[in-house]
Amino acid sequence: MSDLIKLSAVALGEKLAAKEVSAEEVTRVHLDRIGEVDGRVHAFLHVDTEGALSAAREIDSRRAAGEKLGPLAGVPIAIKDVIATKGVPTTCASKILEGWRPPYDATIMTRIREAGLVMLGKTNMDEFAMGSSTEYSAYGPTYNPWDLSRIPGGSGGGSAAALAAYEAPLAIGTDTGGSIRQPGAVTGTVGAKPTYGGTSRYGLVAFSSSLDTPGPCARTVLDAALLHEVIAGHDPRDSTSIAQPAPDVVAAARLGASGDLTGVRVGVVKEFGTDGVEPGVTAAFRDAVETLTKLGAEVVEVSCPHFQYALPAYYLIAPSECSSNLARFDSVRFGLRVGDDGNRSLEEVMSLTREAGFGDEVKRRIIIGTYALSSGYYDAYYGQAQKVRTLISRDFTSAFEQVDVLVSATTPFTAFELGARTSDPYQMYLADLYTIPTNLYGGPAISVPIGLSEGLPVGLQVMAPTMADDRMYRIAAAVESVVGTFTPPAL
Amino acid sequence: MSTSVLPTYDEVISRYEPVIGLETHVELGTATKMFCGCPTVFGAEPNTQVCPVCLGLPGSLPVANKAAIEATIRIGLALNCSIATWCRFARKNYFYPDMPKNFQISQYDEPLCTDGYLDVEVNGETVRIGIERVHLEEDTGKTLHVGGATGRIHGATESLVDYNRAGIPLVEIVTKPVPGIGAMAPEVAKAYVAELRDVIRTLGVSDVRMEQGSMRCDVNTSLNRPGEEWGTRTETKNVNSLRSVERAVRSEMLRQASVLDAGGTITQETRHFHEDTGDTTSGRSKETATDYRYFPEPDLAPLAPDPQWVERLKAALPELPRVHRARLRTEWNLSELDMQSILNAGAVELIEQTVAAGASPEAARKWWLGELSRRANAEGVELESVGATPAQVAQLQTLVDGGKLTDKLARQVLEGVLAGEGDPEAIMAARGLEVVSDTGALTAAIDEAIAAHPDVAEKIRGGNQAAAGVLIGAVMKTTKGAADAKTVRELVLARLAG
Repeated sequence: MSDLIKLSAVALGEKLAAKEVSAEEVTRVHLDRIGEVDGRVHAFLHVDTEGALSAAREIDSRRAAGEKLGPLAGVPIAIKDVIATKGVPTTCASKILEGWRPPYDATIMTRIREAGLVMLGKTNMDEFAMGSSTEYSAYGPTYNPWDLSRIPGGSGGGSAAALAAYEAPLAIGTDTGGSIRQPGAVTGTVGAKPTYGGTSRYGLVAFSSSLDTPGPCARTVLDAALLHEVIAGHDPRDSTSIAQPAPDVVAAARLGASGDLTGVRVGVVKEFGTDGVEPGVTAAFRDAVETLTKLGAEVVEVSCPHFQYALPAYYLIAPSECSSNLARFDSVRFGLRVGDDGNRSLEEVMSLTREAGFGDEVKRRIIIGTYALSSGYYDAYYGQAQKVRTLISRDFTSAFEQVDVLVSATTPFTAFELGARTSDPYQMYLADLYTIPTNLYGGPAISVPIGLSEGLPVGLQVMAPTMADDRMYRIAAAVESVVGTFTPPAL
Repeated sequence: MSTSVLPTYDEVISRYEPVIGLETHVELGTATKMFCGCPTVFGAEPNTQVCPVCLGLPGSLPVANKAAIEATIRIGLALNCSIATWCRFARKNYFYPDMPKNFQISQYDEPLCTDGYLDVEVNGETVRIGIERVHLEEDTGKTLHVGGATGRIHGATESLVDYNRAGIPLVEIVTKPVPGIGAMAPEVAKAYVAELRDVIRTLGVSDVRMEQGSMRCDVNTSLNRPGEEWGTRTETKNVNSLRSVERAVRSEMLRQASVLDAGGTITQETRHFHEDTGDTTSGRSKETATDYRYFPEPDLAPLAPDPQWVERLKAALPELPRVHRARLRTEWNLSELDMQSILNAGAVELIEQTVAAGASPEAARKWWLGELSRRANAEGVELESVGATPAQVAQLQTLVDGGKLTDKLARQVLEGVLAGEGDPEAIMAARGLEVVSDTGALTAAIDEAIAAHPDVAEKIRGGNQAAAGVLIGAVMKTTKGAADAKTVRELVLARLAG
């Protein structure tokens, strides 16, 4: 095992810039690591060995030619399989998209390539990003490098596990209800959900259009900020993209690393309480709050009375949008086709394809969403949920009149055993209890490791106002400067 | 359905009052599609004008076409609508293979334009058609069902889809119900569609060609007995010419009346219009209609047209057809009734263009309302598709005015034009139809005629000019009609005067 794989992206970038190491070598050591451990971790659905090496060689030759390259040029990255990658399989961990190779790159993928990052491959996830454990992948679960009998969170368990297992120093996730932050928390890594509209969704296979947000995953706050900087910014191909300059998250992370939070007002959400929260999580969160105080922050309790309705509202809005977004998987133009024997009707082939191609959790949400949007039920379900969404946004707005950021534990419990929550969907949904309100509001939030509970990582969530992503990076970096990073036992 | 004999139209009108309503789809002539940058050229090879967005590939996102929004607002303004200051697109969810995403981006309860009207002229009467809404959506692809007897999806062995049309901006214009027009209902429907077409053509936002599908009409019809509530309506689809609009309403009125006469009830359903028979047949029943599960399109930002911009668009609207026609009527010195007959024939623009090409208004009107209208009626086509252009008609008239063609010869040349033989001058030359004005050639023919009819010549010399007819007839026969009878007469009289 090469020591290079333990380096941060920043450190790798510096070594590459100083020509102490080539991009090809950095890529090779990571590919070797994947070959060595991924049979046990299963973070990847597809490893693009040839593509990665060729991209790395190109970076090396450009550097050799004296071209000025960005700070992450030559650094490897893993991409969640929900992001369209030109010519490289993109399955969303679903059978229905098995073998599909998009003819185009997602906007964030274009930016990642332009920044010189080297894509190693596509990471595992819950099918269509629906789940909190990566157990709903149609290609088998991902295992948490901290304890291979436990889940790595979800839906972006593959990206988080790849980081924790040192298979990649950076990864891309997408966060609809916590799919970047919760996996970050339970694998001891950093995961940031940018402001909705701060990063382009063009090429992100939609689950819930009004909530989906691509974002950076890393092992350090500064690494996450550097990747955030690469992918953020207005994209004319995404109408919901915000036409404003992206906040300077890298500067904020550097500022936070100084460890001074004097004058920063931090709010603790009163309604989150401690019911149903693992004691170890509560303890680690209290320690983190104490740390914030020691760093000079002023910590107060803030009331967000409508947060308690976030989970039910989310489980109407997200399935409603998903029922429509996933209608295009019909066997006509791409992906799986089942039962086309020349006798069956088009409708039958569509039905058989969807029956065979979608997993149970995806079907559950399509059915819930179809029902919630039905004529006669719309007002009671989808319409009502949108009203709740407005109230939750108002809670955030009024909270941010009192404090600069809100903090909470990222998730109520640490990594659970595989199979522990698959029999009861609601138990699984609880994993996102603290992350979902942010998605409904559209603001940014980050999860940063703050300690261990019975040997398993616990994350702190920092939530900020929309387009104030820099604030959360500052706080997270300050916490990290005190508590450090966390290394799982050797695999 | 009743199989009883259809009543006559007059009988229908004596017992029932019709209410009609029209939904018209117009493909905008924008350079690019509604939500992507693909071109919109008609007639390209199948599936060559497509991209990830209009194919609905996973991960792709729509971006609204500003030119299409502007065109829709201009249509709304021309139809006297209120323009929304804030509105949204909505998803209309249903599965069909020509819908790449299995939902159509449309507008639902928040259309861009609402509550307007369009005045149309029918038989010298002005009928105000209320406009319920004008909204913007994307067109679907085109499906070709192969191997079935009907060309419909049921029974087909193979279905081919062309997505070139998928995502072309489509404006839907919905009227309010139009009651109280009695026997005029079919003509009102036609006049409305014609007027709407002219308005949109004047705005320059679509080529509004019904035969190419860039303007498509659905016609709602119901009947009620006087004093009773409006009846159940049917929606007739696939009505793709002005003539068909009129025929579809009439045919549906007759059919519904026969059902009601027999004590039956009208089923609320979609019906298909058949150009060949002029009949409608039952499509899908609305009772089992799909629940479209509309909801606001989360991939698109709401539309909020700046009221000042809308005001500028309104101020910049061109002269609309009604105003334009009034001006032309004065310029052409026509009565209301004359103008109405030009309008009914769909000849306003054709005559205007013919005049612009050099013909007098009288002559242009004579050709288009006379020979060409007869021909169009006989062939069951729109006047503009009859096969002659305004430039050709003007050229024809120039030849008549210049004495090169007689009216009779001109009609023969026109035959050639309609047969696709080319422009009038070329046809005149090719067919040898030019008036024989070469007096040398005529003199020889006259001498021949005098020699053949010495008795007649003697009578004329004696002062009986009426007898000249025999000689003129003989000359015309020799020249196969290619001589101007008046000229021949003068020459005959001059020859025998001395």
